[in-house]
Amino acid sequence: MNPFSPRSLLTTEGMSRHDIELLFGRARLHGRGLRAGTPLRSLAGRVVANLFFENSTRTRLSFERAAKALGADVLNFNAATSSVSKGESLVDTVRNVEALGANIIVLRHPASGAAHLVAGQVRCSVVNAGDGTHAHPSQALLDAFTLHERWGSLEGKTVAIVGDVLHSRVARSNVYCLTALGARVVVAGPPTLVPVGLDALGARVVPSIDAALEEADAVMMLRVQLERQKESMFPTSAEYARAFGLTLGRARSLKPDAVVMHPGPVNRGVELAPEVADGPANVILEQVANGVAVRMAILEACG
Amino acid sequence: MSKPVVIRGGRVIDPRNRVDGVRDVRLEDGKVAAVSEKPLRLDGAEEIQAQGLWVTPGFIDLHVHLREPGEEGKETILTGTRAAVAGGFTAVAAMPNTRPVNDSALVTRLIRQRAAEADLARVYPVGAISKGLLGEEMAELGALRDAGCVAVTDDGRPVMSASLMRRVLLYAAPLGLPVMVHEEDLTLSAGGALTEGPRATRLGLLPIPRSAEVAMVARDLVLLEEVGGRLHVAHLSCAASVALVREAKRRGLHVTAEAAPHHFTLTDEAVEGWNTHAKMNPPLRHPEDVAAVRDGLADGTIDAVATDHAPHGIMEKQVPYAEAANGVVGLETALPLTLELVRAGVLGPVRAVELLTSGPAATFGLPGGHLAPGAPADVTLVDPGAEWTVEAARFQSKSRNTPFEGRKVTGRVVRTVVGGRTVWPLEERR
Repeated sequence: MNPFSPRSLLTTEGMSRHDIELLFGRARLHGRGLRAGTPLRSLAGRVVANLFFENSTRTRLSFERAAKALGADVLNFNAATSSVSKGESLVDTVRNVEALGANIIVLRHPASGAAHLVAGQVRCSVVNAGDGTHAHPSQALLDAFTLHERWGSLEGKTVAIVGDVLHSRVARSNVYCLTALGARVVVAGPPTLVPVGLDALGARVVPSIDAALEEADAVMMLRVQLERQKESMFPTSAEYARAFGLTLGRARSLKPDAVVMHPGPVNRGVELAPEVADGPANVILEQVANGVAVRMAILEACG
Repeated sequence: MSKPVVIRGGRVIDPRNRVDGVRDVRLEDGKVAAVSEKPLRLDGAEEIQAQGLWVTPGFIDLHVHLREPGEEGKETILTGTRAAVAGGFTAVAAMPNTRPVNDSALVTRLIRQRAAEADLARVYPVGAISKGLLGEEMAELGALRDAGCVAVTDDGRPVMSASLMRRVLLYAAPLGLPVMVHEEDLTLSAGGALTEGPRATRLGLLPIPRSAEVAMVARDLVLLEEVGGRLHVAHLSCAASVALVREAKRRGLHVTAEAAPHHFTLTDEAVEGWNTHAKMNPPLRHPEDVAAVRDGLADGTIDAVATDHAPHGIMEKQVPYAEAANGVVGLETALPLTLELVRAGVLGPVRAVELLTSGPAATFGLPGGHLAPGAPADVTLVDPGAEWTVEAARFQSKSRNTPFEGRKVTGRVVRTVVGGRTVWPLEERR
């Protein structure tokens, strides 16, 4: 292994079907090891630093669980209690973390492009755990893995992504990942929250949620960020739920075997009706469980 | 007073005086003394050979941030005017967003004094429209004019209040001060980082709709038509803004406009990879906007090439894109980028020189910008065929924030003369 040519995961843009399926193969193996209580300790002696400059519970816990299962030492870093609050720059912070011995930096940051900036400044590997509204590749890979394990293949399937696409890194990363695997992606949401140019990414924008649901084999409901209501991106949560939420009525109109996904945390009663969030079609907890196995595969590939 | 100079045998391009041909030029007592098709006698003057070179009026940049007072780590009046003369500029208009803001005669006088000490390019201060650039109360425009300001602007910030804008147009008119505007409706641009479009979506940068610029251009043209005065639109960047200014000029409104080299050279493609050296305000636009700005430069809608030279340090640029400061340095790359438009067939050589000289001079009513006898002896000598590669590390500017690093360009300033004295290259200074 050459320590000076680390592999990083910054985006799903440009990932090939081959790359993704190789990763899925390892994730499947890690999943089995986890369930059997005998995870592959392929990162023993390595150091994984979780650098989270933005609040996150499940992604951070998921990466931490994945790194520990692989036998790595884990450094957890929380921006709120760090020298960042003393004015240290991002670049200085990551250089210091690298000097502490980190082999892999898992970075969550509120600014788009932050992971690329960091990857250009350190020699160790960088895993983008979410940068602004740009990318969240591990989430997209675990979403696609969940569907892949269900269906065997995504070829010819249609996935609907519904909600605030403008501010969603999950949506962007999913469009690349799903289309690379042969799925079609349709997008719907409030017109104020659907950005221009999604077709260039590979998605098709449809005018209403009902048009999107009609053809969907899977529905990804994006989390509504309630502060967008203050910006008047939509009038009220109630109107959002009526117009763009997955209500029980809409859930019943789905194809019989369609699945419902959500990157979490769910706003019950807004983008997902409570009955749907707990209903048989949802695979939300499966997503969370798969997340650990997929992140093990990602860390292993970068380590 | 420096020794008389004869610039021998260059191609003199003096758009205002309709000269384009081989001439000798004599400079004496800080003025142009003679321009002649026949060889001039030396009569004790220093001789500068200019065969194969263009001899043009000194370039004038209407839009420069010299950062002094207050941000001398980024640029000073000395380093900024060094960058100016290295780029062929013999005069620059200094924006008022310094610390403190140039909203008083005191700051204006300080800038002029520092410029006199630097003794390189001429510096024309531009005063603030509003006190502290806050967009609320009008600054003392009369005192600013009397202290030497040649225009007023809140550049970097728009005048969001239409009422204040209307009053400023009214009040500045009898003072003869052009009102220079940075057109941006902050309610439309808020939170945004890149022109709305597929690239902004892909890079995850929140979109700035072009209406943020266009709607403000439209507003200010409506106000200008209603109350009169002199409006100068800074860094025009959108196709629809160019069309509005063109139409306003056709109707006889007293409006002028400038465009920056980055806006007529680059599209938002330059931002790829979250390149903070391609972050400026207004942001880079789309190919159709670049084409429209070029058309505006060619057909006279746009009066001047102005760099919006905006030095920033690595602290402001080696950060995530959304957090990076706006602005690029421009003084030392403006000439070759303008000449790219000549090679592309967009501009003739005379029009290109006009946009750097008499165009900006007329816009702010400045002396210079031409080479008739009696004009200031501000002259730029250009080797139009010299090929070179942009290397920020070699800039005279204190800052390195250019999106043109590594670009192969053609056309180089070989000598800059201010008031009859060679100020560039520096070793030629006497």
